[in-house]
Amino acid sequence: MSAALPLGENQTELARDARVERALAFALALPCLIVVALCVLIPCGWLFYLSAFGNDGSLSWENYERVSSGASYGRIFITTFEVSLLTVLACVGIGVPFAAFVNSLPPRVAGLFVAAVLLPFWTSLLVRAYAWLVLLQRNGLINTALIDMGLTEAPLDLAFNWFSTVLGMTHIMLPIFILPVLGAMRNIDPGMIRAAASMGASWGLTMRRVFLPLAAPGIIAGAILVFVMSLGFYVTPAILGGGNVQVISMRIARSLSNFSNWGAASALGVLLLLFTGALLALGLMAQRLILGARKGQDHA
Amino acid sequence: MLDGFQHSPLMTGLKWGLALLLVAFLAAPSFIVVPMSFSAGEFLQFPPQEYSLRWYRNFAGSITWTSAARASAIAAVLTTLIAVPIGVLAAYGVMQLGRRMRMLVGGLIVLPAVIPAILIAVGMFFVLARAGMLGTMAGLVLGHVALAIPVVFVVMTAAFSQFDFAQEKAARSLGASGVQVWARVVIPQLRGSIMASALLAFVTSLDEVVLSMFVSGGDNATLPKVMFASLRDQIDPTIAVVSTVMLAVATLAVVVMVRRGAVR
Repeated sequence: MSAALPLGENQTELARDARVERALAFALALPCLIVVALCVLIPCGWLFYLSAFGNDGSLSWENYERVSSGASYGRIFITTFEVSLLTVLACVGIGVPFAAFVNSLPPRVAGLFVAAVLLPFWTSLLVRAYAWLVLLQRNGLINTALIDMGLTEAPLDLAFNWFSTVLGMTHIMLPIFILPVLGAMRNIDPGMIRAAASMGASWGLTMRRVFLPLAAPGIIAGAILVFVMSLGFYVTPAILGGGNVQVISMRIARSLSNFSNWGAASALGVLLLLFTGALLALGLMAQRLILGARKGQDHA
Repeated sequence: MLDGFQHSPLMTGLKWGLALLLVAFLAAPSFIVVPMSFSAGEFLQFPPQEYSLRWYRNFAGSITWTSAARASAIAAVLTTLIAVPIGVLAAYGVMQLGRRMRMLVGGLIVLPAVIPAILIAVGMFFVLARAGMLGTMAGLVLGHVALAIPVVFVVMTAAFSQFDFAQEKAARSLGASGVQVWARVVIPQLRGSIMASALLAFVTSLDEVVLSMFVSGGDNATLPKVMFASLRDQIDPTIAVVSTVMLAVATLAVVVMVRRGAVR
């Protein structure tokens, strides 16, 4: 406790006990930390290490130069960014109204909707990509339905392009987006909404000026999560893009499978890692700024 | 509704319609693979023209698929058996740390969930290749444990934050040993969360594609790896069979949990 008190025998004992306890607590976390070190820290460190050596085995920026100068690499980065951004927009556009609707339902019914949203979690990414392939293919269910309804004469190219890639990614990210957003909406005092209603605000105005601003931190957090996770997608673009959508992860895998290109694969990996980290930091900063600005307003 | 606004029936109906449409969108892919797996045809078609067990026989008769199913089952069980105990201990330990250490250690433990899977896969490929462990079950399970740890850790941290640690002190003051406290007080109360995290760890390993693609091979190639490879080459309804089997395993696991009252 405070240093002014004479340290009796009891207190030295207590202090030692506390130290032992903290060391023990750390020791309990140690097995997990070892696994993380073996599977994440060392491998990622290895990527940094490999990316720093050129073809002749000397230290050089060669790999990064190749990645930054090649037009094909630039396009891959832009594609990855665009696909991720479209996925975020789709998630926000669909997920926010849906979460607001579920939030307005009585708890029992809302619970059913949450369970339905969680359902796809139990289906593997591969299975879902594969199912979309079947639905979207030229003679698939959707094209057949469109033709039967007379909406189109020839089957549309729905699979193996940007549309199917973003659709598949949105399908995977929506539950991950909706849950935190719904959590944030749950924390909004319903009295606020009723107060706005009682003071004569229209439903639209209440949503715009009261509900959405209060839900904003959750929405932003969800959007950042979706964006960062989308940057690393591999399976869905590889299957649903059908080679027409090249993202960073696919390029890394390809550089690696022709073994000569370990350096380039590593450099791409390091860039993806830095990109992801920077965006995460930026997003967190933006969120803090918004929250900070709001606190400032409250005090004013 | 409860928000004090008068909503027109049309608006309400529209909202319900759109919400149900979204639910259908989310659920559809999980369900269409089941009828497709019973197709009698050569190609993927939904709905199938005729039904048969042909592709199930094909699955059961193929060494590639059965060996992959065996490898996936072993990897998922081992991953669960390793990731759950160490994840639970870590979540408990991290709760006892000071604020700063808690942020640091907790941050490190959830790292595998934040870093793109492809990077972990490529990095582990290098490391395991150097260690001569490429294509071994041990290497694969190690990687899957790393991916399952954040899931277990997050679920258990949430559980421990609801847990009243005074009970632990009470049990100790009444003479229970540390082991007894865990076996008789802590674990029984957290049974639901522990089982939920075990389920999630199991499914994490079962569904994992990217890491398996790089570090598993030969006899230890997992179902997702074989599936991914065959999705690129030729697509036949055997994949629908595998999907249905995986869906059934995951559903069965959830049902067992729910019946035991573990998952709310």
